[in-house]
Amino acid sequence: MDKQYKCHKISGGKVKGELLFSKDGLCFYLIDPKTGKIIEKEHCLYGQSIAGKILVFPYGKGSSVVQADGMYQLKMTGMNPAAMIVVNADTTLAASAIILKAPMVNKMSGDFYKELHNGDMAELDADNGILTRI
Amino acid sequence: MYLTEEEQKMLNGDYGQGTQLAMEILAAIGEAYDAPKMVPVTRTHVALSNQEADLWFAEKLVKGGAKCCIRPTVNPSFNLKQFQEITTIEKEDEEIVMRTHAAYNKLGAVMTYDCTPYLEKNVPRFGEIISFSESSATPFVNSVYGARTNRESAQSALCSAVTGVTPYYGYLLKENRAGQVLVHVEADMEDDFAYQMLGYFAPKKIGFDIPVFEGLKNPSKEALMNLGAQLNTGGNVALYHILGFTPEALTMEEAFQGKAPQHEVVITDDDLKAMREEISDKKGKIDFALYGCPHFTIDQVSTVADLVNGKKLAVPLFIMTSSLTHSLAQKMGYMDIIRAAGGEIVEDTCMDQPCWKFLYGKKGITDSPKCAYYTKRRDMQFVIAPLKDSVIAALKGEY
Repeated sequence: MDKQYKCHKISGGKVKGELLFSKDGLCFYLIDPKTGKIIEKEHCLYGQSIAGKILVFPYGKGSSVVQADGMYQLKMTGMNPAAMIVVNADTTLAASAIILKAPMVNKMSGDFYKELHNGDMAELDADNGILTRI
Repeated sequence: MYLTEEEQKMLNGDYGQGTQLAMEILAAIGEAYDAPKMVPVTRTHVALSNQEADLWFAEKLVKGGAKCCIRPTVNPSFNLKQFQEITTIEKEDEEIVMRTHAAYNKLGAVMTYDCTPYLEKNVPRFGEIISFSESSATPFVNSVYGARTNRESAQSALCSAVTGVTPYYGYLLKENRAGQVLVHVEADMEDDFAYQMLGYFAPKKIGFDIPVFEGLKNPSKEALMNLGAQLNTGGNVALYHILGFTPEALTMEEAFQGKAPQHEVVITDDDLKAMREEISDKKGKIDFALYGCPHFTIDQVSTVADLVNGKKLAVPLFIMTSSLTHSLAQKMGYMDIIRAAGGEIVEDTCMDQPCWKFLYGKKGITDSPKCAYYTKRRDMQFVIAPLKDSVIAALKGEY
């Protein structure tokens, strides 16, 4: 059976996708909605596209409007991430995901960060708090 | 999560779809943070942004018949009338300003268009439970006044304005407000600008922990505005304490609620200097100066007026402020002085708005790292410098 990892739902949904890990926090406003590429030069994923990925990052950064505005624009162009996995979800980030019905979880069980890497495929069932490696 | 009968009715849609949507979102946030219940709020501030997501959500609530029971003050968009005199405003940008205004008006918001509601029009008292969005506002009300808010998004704060409640978790509970990291500030905090850099740099050393700053002497209200705005831009810090100064940190015992700091860090002049070099554009010729992120106070306006009095600016200079400060600047003569020098004071406006298209691709000077951070998306470059130095640079056209 494929290995499963427990997590905690912030915003519901069920998706499949490729994992993309970021060690830096994310400001959705500093992602180009046309390409899904990160435009913040100092960011570890600068120039890479987050479109369609299950995006794993430690926390959100930015003010009370930019996460929702950024996520909304990405959703309109279809360049949004398939889902988001975070460590620290502040309210602006969590609320933006909930409002835009974008799947988001936190509290991944311990070995997730050790055992999974960029490019691995996974299925995330945010409603039931389960990530399955596929 | 426990809901009262009234809250359950909202969730069931008894008060219409708008209120239902607002309660659904708050309940989902409550579940995400394991909140046991909702609590009433007595003030709200919504970071209206005049952008697509903002308008989409506000109009959705209007369509569902929602009305704010705790009327929020709101953040700036841009002042259409004033900007039509300064530049050409595109049809779509004009339309979004008018639609956003109409939507918020229908919801019953108080249309202050100001990102410093904590200085005027929406000032909470100690311990008051409120729902504030806007990154300079949440740290100020939490830290300086000791009111209690989480780091709300514009939309979650609007949901609380509609329903009158917020989930009970996070910074609303006293035990979650204890300091975690002791920050020894060894840098020479000689002016308000040093607080900008301290705020922007500190999250790199402290991460998500609640900082207790030690070594800060009587910061001005502007220094506190700067500190909070930058802490919440460079990182996610919506609550800080200043030892012996802010109301929940008069002593070490109080600041850390009887526990020892989890760790301690030191911040020096070299740290702040390196930070500034990293985020500021190179020195040289500049094309404009832009201030008021967060909105300038009347004292900051007077500092600029004194510096440009009787002189001519080499490049355009803009100050963004609240309508009250704008009106005061007129009454007190600062407006005439600044205009005579070639500058302008604009009310109800944020730098992150499409009204500044005439500055895209150009290089400006500002005193605010936050101003420079968000405008990356709008192709504006900024040299970041202390207020006085930057105004002198605007007089010369060069820094």
